Amino acid sequence: MILQGNRSWVFQNPPVILATGTVVGPDEGQGPLASEFDLVHPDLEIGQPSWEKSERALLEQAGDIALQHASLKQGEINFFVGGDLLNQIISSTFAARTLGVPYLGVFGACSTSMESLAIASLIVSSGAGKHVMAGTSSHNCTVEKQFRYPTEYGSQKPPTAQYTVTGAGVSVVGQKGDGPVVTAATIGKIMDLGITDPFNMGAAMAPAAVDTIQSHLEETGRSPGYYDAIVTGDLAGVGHPIATDMLKRNGVPMQQTQFLDCGLMIYDVDKQKVQAGGSGCACSAVVTYAHLLKRIAKGEWKKILVVATGALLSPLSYQQGETIPCIAHAVAIEAPS
Amino acid sequence: MAVKSAGSGSKGYKPVSMSAKEYKAFAQTKEPSRSVWTNCLRAFLVGGLICAIGQGIQKFFMAAFDMTSKQAGNPTVAVLILLAVILTSMGVYDKIAQCAGAGSAVPVTGFANSMSSAAIEHRSEGLVLGVGANMFKLAGSVIVYGVVAAFIVGVVYWLFGIGAWHDTTG
Repeated sequence: MILQGNRSWVFQNPPVILATGTVVGPDEGQGPLASEFDLVHPDLEIGQPSWEKSERALLEQAGDIALQHASLKQGEINFFVGGDLLNQIISSTFAARTLGVPYLGVFGACSTSMESLAIASLIVSSGAGKHVMAGTSSHNCTVEKQFRYPTEYGSQKPPTAQYTVTGAGVSVVGQKGDGPVVTAATIGKIMDLGITDPFNMGAAMAPAAVDTIQSHLEETGRSPGYYDAIVTGDLAGVGHPIATDMLKRNGVPMQQTQFLDCGLMIYDVDKQKVQAGGSGCACSAVVTYAHLLKRIAKGEWKKILVVATGALLSPLSYQQGETIPCIAHAVAIEAPS
Repeated sequence: MAVKSAGSGSKGYKPVSMSAKEYKAFAQTKEPSRSVWTNCLRAFLVGGLICAIGQGIQKFFMAAFDMTSKQAGNPTVAVLILLAVILTSMGVYDKIAQCAGAGSAVPVTGFANSMSSAAIEHRSEGLVLGVGANMFKLAGSVIVYGVVAAFIVGVVYWLFGIGAWHDTTG
């Protein structure tokens, strides 16, 4: 039985993350994790004529690197589970066209990293696939163009705004092999506590992270201390303190573990001009696949819970005055026993 | 393997339940403070600097080409627009704006930036559906409400006969 509680999967045959590929842009390349990414591009264009093509190229490159690291060919991948922030998830779809692999498109905004990894793990664990790829991408300029203003438009961003990560992260999940294993996943439900400001995503998403973390702990019977670190996706400078406070108020003993956030790790928030920190699909994807898994491989950590958060708004919905529905998906990753 | 009866509440965590009003107030306590006064000062200095540069350009036209201040107005605006478009194309104007705020948005350079940035951004969708259709995406509302405001002011002038008074004495 995989289902535990209402919405948690505990994998009896834990799927293995065989390999990962991470590609980032120039700002991430100046951040504290720069040396851990597989490929750092010196510019945002990446040799492409449009921002959309640049984002697609990032995902294709991350996919190629992951395949190389896994020593697999495209034909050996059963499914690719992917999504991104652009309308009709075109980055993933067009990258899937290049990859030529059976494709499941998913949308979870910035939670897509863990949504795709959870689905890939479920497919592999249930025996429905041998090798499944999970991946996502985001590009600062495509997101600005679609959700906000033209890239070069001079608007002043408030300190609660976040900076979209340019990059892509892909993992290859398999039934057997060397690498960290996915032991559990908890699927989020939509949380909306009435935040309407698209320049304050951290505050909008924090309750979703809190809800998923609490449900995960309750349904799996694990305590926060089970994990060496619980890492949220992109709550950043505003959302992460809110989540910390809410968990404390709700009686979750988070002091047993380290409570971190990918959006605060990818940039030097004090020096780089990123307002509250990083965001975007690639934020939690590249930090998890490049940095967090390396810490497991080095033996610094044995067990982590990655809780990727997503704000499921559209430019239309917030212009029409709607509040921002948010979600968080959690995946537990552990060192192989 | 049996399913653990670990439904919600088995650990006694309080569920996430706050009204929108409560949550908004709580979330606000975690927001970094916005320094309104520093922002105003920056806007004043940068906006003032742009205007001073404009004044300098106007004086140059008046001295070099023997123009009246009225005649020098149009070429001055053209030069400011050109400078703003060059700075936008070089990727500098948005960085100035993050610091200057309204200081770089309100002068004519801000208007030029809003049009040129949209034109550059949507070039990838072609000249008609991209550049042509999107160029006024941001500037369009300035024009619409500028015309509406001018109309209202015009009506007020007409109703109270201020315009006529202005004509006879001015």
